[in-house]
Amino acid sequence: MPTKIEKDEISGQMTTGHEWDGLKELNTPLPKWWLYILYATIAFSAVWVVLYPSAPFWEGTTGWTARGALAPQMQAEQARMAPMMARLRDATPEQIAADPELRAFAVAGGRAAFANACAGCHGAGGQGAPGGFPSLADDDWIYGGSFDAIQHTIRHGVRANESDEQRGIQMPAFVQTGMLTRAQAEDTAEFVLGLTGRSTDAAAAQRGEALYAENCASCHGDRGEGNRDMGAPRLNDRIWLYGGDKASVVRSISLSRAGVMPAWQGRLDPATINMLTVYVHALGGGE
Amino acid sequence: MGVIQAEKPKAGETGPSSLYAAHRKVYPKDVKGSVRRTKWAVLILLLGLYYVVPWIRWDRGPGAPDQAVIVDMAHARLYFGPFEIWPQEVYFLTGALILGAVGLFAVTSLYGRIWCGFTCPQTVWTDLFLWIERKIEGDRNARMRLDQAPMSATKAGRKAAKHAAWLLIAMATGGAWIMYFADAPAVTRQILTGQASLEVYFFFGLFTATTYLLAGFAREQVCTYMCPWPRFQGAMLDENSMVVTYRGWRGEPRGKAKAEGCGDCVDCAACVHVCPTGIDIRDGQQLECIGCGLCVDACDDVMAKLGREKGLIAFETLKNLAASEAAAARFQPGPARLSAGMAARRPQRILRPRTYVYAVALAAVVTVMLGAWLMRDTLTLSVLRDRAPIYVTLSDGGIRNGYTLKVANKLREEGRFALTLAGPAGLQLTVQDAEADAQGRPVLATRPDGITQWRVLVTAPPALRLPESVPVTFRLLDDRGRTAASHGSVFLGPRP
Repeated sequence: MPTKIEKDEISGQMTTGHEWDGLKELNTPLPKWWLYILYATIAFSAVWVVLYPSAPFWEGTTGWTARGALAPQMQAEQARMAPMMARLRDATPEQIAADPELRAFAVAGGRAAFANACAGCHGAGGQGAPGGFPSLADDDWIYGGSFDAIQHTIRHGVRANESDEQRGIQMPAFVQTGMLTRAQAEDTAEFVLGLTGRSTDAAAAQRGEALYAENCASCHGDRGEGNRDMGAPRLNDRIWLYGGDKASVVRSISLSRAGVMPAWQGRLDPATINMLTVYVHALGGGE
Repeated sequence: MGVIQAEKPKAGETGPSSLYAAHRKVYPKDVKGSVRRTKWAVLILLLGLYYVVPWIRWDRGPGAPDQAVIVDMAHARLYFGPFEIWPQEVYFLTGALILGAVGLFAVTSLYGRIWCGFTCPQTVWTDLFLWIERKIEGDRNARMRLDQAPMSATKAGRKAAKHAAWLLIAMATGGAWIMYFADAPAVTRQILTGQASLEVYFFFGLFTATTYLLAGFAREQVCTYMCPWPRFQGAMLDENSMVVTYRGWRGEPRGKAKAEGCGDCVDCAACVHVCPTGIDIRDGQQLECIGCGLCVDACDDVMAKLGREKGLIAFETLKNLAASEAAAARFQPGPARLSAGMAARRPQRILRPRTYVYAVALAAVVTVMLGAWLMRDTLTLSVLRDRAPIYVTLSDGGIRNGYTLKVANKLREEGRFALTLAGPAGLQLTVQDAEADAQGRPVLATRPDGITQWRVLVTAPPALRLPESVPVTFRLLDDRGRTAASHGSVFLGPRP
């Protein structure tokens, strides 16, 4: 209930006529231009609401979208990077790695491309994952760790049947197909463990030696040194793609193992594949 | 509370019940005197600094701007004469701002709102715009007459000339602002030939418009309604601060110069007419008063003409004002009252708890900033340990950790440093794409005025048994073998 508007004795100011339990509000008038600015902003917002997608199901009269606004920025950014991308496309990975400017750009671009295309299986830092996704940060290269070898693998993939030059051949499932019995597979596994000095059954390992020579050595080498042409991993080191305990090795022999990776040639442009090659090579130091 | 009948609103007000006040234009009168001269000197100094500083050249060698003061946004550098600040050193800027704030508090507690009255850009540019207004439209009375007169060719001509002059100054102000962010000669040429970027024209237009509006039209409204400083500067002021005061004990009761039994104030309103915010200082301390002291000059002038002692309006502490008032209370208006009141004054108390606190705060900030600047490294090394993978098992059973080394070289020449690793004996250090020196240590070549990045691998051979985590330190050694920069990290492995 408004009371009488009156002059306050102490301050000499007028009151607004509002009173709460005897407390009266002094009227300190706002300048009118300030009020007009408020009206101007309200008018501005009305125009804005019409022009832009400001409410659900209202697309605005200008047709503006956030995605549409991004496109020219992306194009401008790509145009800005175009000369660098052309240099990266035309250079070999060795040349890129030798040029500090190109290398810095390739490592940064490769990191982004890796996160997009590779990290799903190989991990954010190329650390790999159990179950057949090899680490790219170590010194063990199933198909070779040189620039050329890494690039070939990226381009043509592994056992994906997308390229005639793809990596990897199929290992037989020795027990499943009846080539070895379960006991023979265990003896072979015992020999394989012995290659890294971890055999616990000397007699079984001895029995497995002949089986290994007959069935495995053609691909994995006489002393388990592996064969990169076939993609047969080393068996005499400490890195195990599918686990290095006896049960895992027996399972590998029995049912076989075969990792698959898509061929990226055609999916990624040559400059990006070059950047990825340099980046992956740098992860673990390459070869 | 007693109720007094509502007063008739003053001319221009919209009535007692309105919540909104119409703008009442203030027509400050020209004034001469020592305060005015000081204000002109400060104005010339500050505007001179603002417009001239971007044109001062400073040779920094090739690849760096040759302007003494410039914020180089594109390369993320701030140059201030011999100083160069990188974005990661923004705390120097923070320190400067803290210094400015505490300095402002200290000055306010001593001398009141002299920032507002003498040095604030709003005051300085308004003063300049008022000077132009006075030159073109005449002094207070002439301007009031002109505004009330019907539109005529003379009036239109004068108004046009005034706004043209204002706009020219506003454009110079907006243009000078750009020059703190771009090379002054180059950007001036670009603006004049229409080749500057849209961004430059936007900020040029923005600062031109704000200068024109704020100094030409908003003026005292900025101080009264928009600025937060008048609202809380009261917390810095106390009874020992110098503020602009009317010595009411001497001036009251007001009356004609020849009237009997009156004080020194002749109610000529000279103090009101010169006030840039349009207030009456005789009403006491007010939010609107910016402490410019022009009323002091105006009143002194009148007192001199009347042959009375100057200083009826003066920079004075509230403590002295109260002391004078108490001492003068016993006397009737006249020379005895004046000398009793003036004799009661004491020198301003400069040293008091408040100023001690500000002095200590100022000293602390200066010490910290000076220390930070003296200890500022021109070479910094930072080490980022790979987090994925945490460590890598090698084919021979060895453990390897990966690190990214970033070397920031703040000098303008290339640096070459040997990298060493301090940690458990047996750890091997490999730097990709780095050459080695005579002792087989990797040599990192750092590019001038920039950050160079290296990928470093540290390997523990299988025979080396290490705990899960061991501290290691990377060191950059200069050509004399001294440590130029170092950074600690850890080497992680499987739990033994």
